[in-house]
Amino acid sequence: MKKIALLGNPNSGKTAIFNTLTGSRQHVGNWPGVTVEKKQGTIQFDNLKYNVIDLPGIYSLTTNSLDEKISRDFLIEENPDLVLIVIDQTNFDRNFYLATEIIEMRKNSILIFNMHDEAEKLKIKVDVQELSKILNIPIILTSAKYKTGIDELKNQIEKSLKKPHIPNIIEYDFTFENYILEIEKVLNSENLFEKENVRWAAIKILEKDELHIKKLNKNSENSINEIIQKLEYDLKEDSSIKLSEEKYNLISKISSKYIKKPEYKERVSDKIDKIITHKILGIPIFIFIMWLMFTLTFTIGDVFNGYIEAGFENLGEYFSTVMPENLLSSFVIDGLIGGIGSVLVFVPNIFLLFIFISFLGDIGYMARAAFVMDKVMTKIGLHGKSFIPMLLGFGCNIPAIMGARTLESRKDRIITILVNPLMSCNARLPVYLIFAGIFFPNSGGTVVFSIYLFGIILSILMAFIFKKFLFKNEQSIFIMELPPYRLPLANETLGEALRKTLMFVKKAGTIIFASVIIIWFLASFPAGAEYASEESIIGHIGRFAAPFFKPLGFGFWQAAVSLIFGFLAKEVIVGTMGTLWGGEAALSEVLPAFFSQASAYAFMIFTLIYTPCVATIATIKNEIGKKWMFFTIIYLFVLAYIVSFIVYNILSFIW
Amino acid sequence: MLLSECAPGQKGIILKIDSEKTLKQRMTSMGIVPGINFELISEAPFGDPIALKIKNYKLSLRKFEASHITVKLEEKQK
Repeated sequence: MKKIALLGNPNSGKTAIFNTLTGSRQHVGNWPGVTVEKKQGTIQFDNLKYNVIDLPGIYSLTTNSLDEKISRDFLIEENPDLVLIVIDQTNFDRNFYLATEIIEMRKNSILIFNMHDEAEKLKIKVDVQELSKILNIPIILTSAKYKTGIDELKNQIEKSLKKPHIPNIIEYDFTFENYILEIEKVLNSENLFEKENVRWAAIKILEKDELHIKKLNKNSENSINEIIQKLEYDLKEDSSIKLSEEKYNLISKISSKYIKKPEYKERVSDKIDKIITHKILGIPIFIFIMWLMFTLTFTIGDVFNGYIEAGFENLGEYFSTVMPENLLSSFVIDGLIGGIGSVLVFVPNIFLLFIFISFLGDIGYMARAAFVMDKVMTKIGLHGKSFIPMLLGFGCNIPAIMGARTLESRKDRIITILVNPLMSCNARLPVYLIFAGIFFPNSGGTVVFSIYLFGIILSILMAFIFKKFLFKNEQSIFIMELPPYRLPLANETLGEALRKTLMFVKKAGTIIFASVIIIWFLASFPAGAEYASEESIIGHIGRFAAPFFKPLGFGFWQAAVSLIFGFLAKEVIVGTMGTLWGGEAALSEVLPAFFSQASAYAFMIFTLIYTPCVATIATIKNEIGKKWMFFTIIYLFVLAYIVSFIVYNILSFIW
Repeated sequence: MLLSECAPGQKGIILKIDSEKTLKQRMTSMGIVPGINFELISEAPFGDPIALKIKNYKLSLRKFEASHITVKLEEKQK
């Protein structure tokens, strides 16, 4: 299958173009670098299917960040048949920088001048015909938001796949061009690169790109070094900087010739920024937005939770009337309906939280949050950009840990990942809600909030410790775009939230279903043992582990068993308790016989901190390797034990 | 004068970038290159990072990074 690559700056609307072309639902974010995964879709012409690959949003093709490396490797190794370059028309000068690199690679390309609606509002006019002619690249004006220009784009894709448009060479200023020619001469004489790649290689060598320099032989390396030294001496500047400078000069020339734009006037975005990123108001506004998000998530969510809970209870009652009482009915009612119902109850909360997080990203607030919080985050050993993965952690740690790829330096990335599980994910919420509801009926909200806060404080503390002891002398970078505020389309934000929620339900559906069956089996056998009694297999396992938890206030086998199963997925904890104690509805009567307020709180704290679920652990291994994976498992378990122990003993002393 | 020493509202031109390669390339790919006009728009809470306007877009960077950039302020200041 032929391959089409989609490339562009972050916030250029690239992902929206991808969605429109392929029809698949993907995330449209405003946070630089949201597209870290390699997303694919297909597009069809005359029964022929083409693979469209959405490359990460990047600013250039150097290899300083993972995203840049992914894109560049793809362009070189996979050699796509067509490259679609998405450009935000309202920000041509910077967006075109990446395009010049593709032009220099001389790939069959189409330029997509996106955000046409905004450009029209700002009275920006592009001379499409002339610009397209001098570059020998077709240009299509689109607005992914209003779906304009998409048919033209599809037509052009079809045409370009049949008859490629190889971009013209863009020439630099005379003096600089001469250095490129000299390097080309050396490369040609040594036959080091294929003919069509020589110019690009020469430019990359001036950029001091290691991949290309590595390919040089002794002879050519010496002569090229001489040329570069001469350049740097003559132009009094590092060759890679000079190259960027020349590129921007070139872009300025193109831009002033073919693009008409009025003087920059203060935009609505700038006015909003004056308040949102205000020196004094910035942080209070940030805290307010976070508070609002969580309050709305839980107050609106609770309304729906009640209905779902009632629905599952009715379902259970219905089955108990139609099925004879035997092993199968206990499996269906106690195991399946009880276990799955206790988790699905929280879907409204999860959906709402995902809506808010998507919306804040799409609108452009996430970058401001990083800006406002960077100083504070740096103080505690993190990075302004760590803030987003940390926030995502409240939803689910898996996308959060993957989101840490936007962090460029190793140190920031690893620390962010290591402390991320301390951000209490949605799967842990059911435990807090149950316990807070039963043991702290009048201050449930405050108690749940305090657990979240506990996680945040611990993550700060641990990040600080890791920074001090594990990564003493490593540096980090914070250069980031503050994209203009943009109102996202409701269906994009909702679609994204829905997709993530369904992912959660699917995970809950599979892992929980499997574990519910295992639990039911372990709780029902050996034959003759009463369901989930101490005589069952699970009772034996729990009894063996229970003494270990005694110092924390919950040294009974049911708690131990629930925590063991929580390792599969944290949402299973409540499901297990439901199964072990005869349904979630019964928990409010049963639990007070086992827990005191102090041990209930300690149990919530332990649930917050201890070893994350299997899926999160697998993600950590994928992102930063086995060593850090084991490190995370061990440090979190030890931390959970110590902190719960302290909390339990202090609380039982006070209360 | 260094960019890190500028105050919000000041405009000028970037003269030189002096740093190790990664940071330098990162800056140039985002449009911070010698010869470019800039305006320092604002400082974040606690004075760091800072927000710059270059051409018609906004960037933020830390003062530490800005301390690698030599600039010349516009003659006429407000």
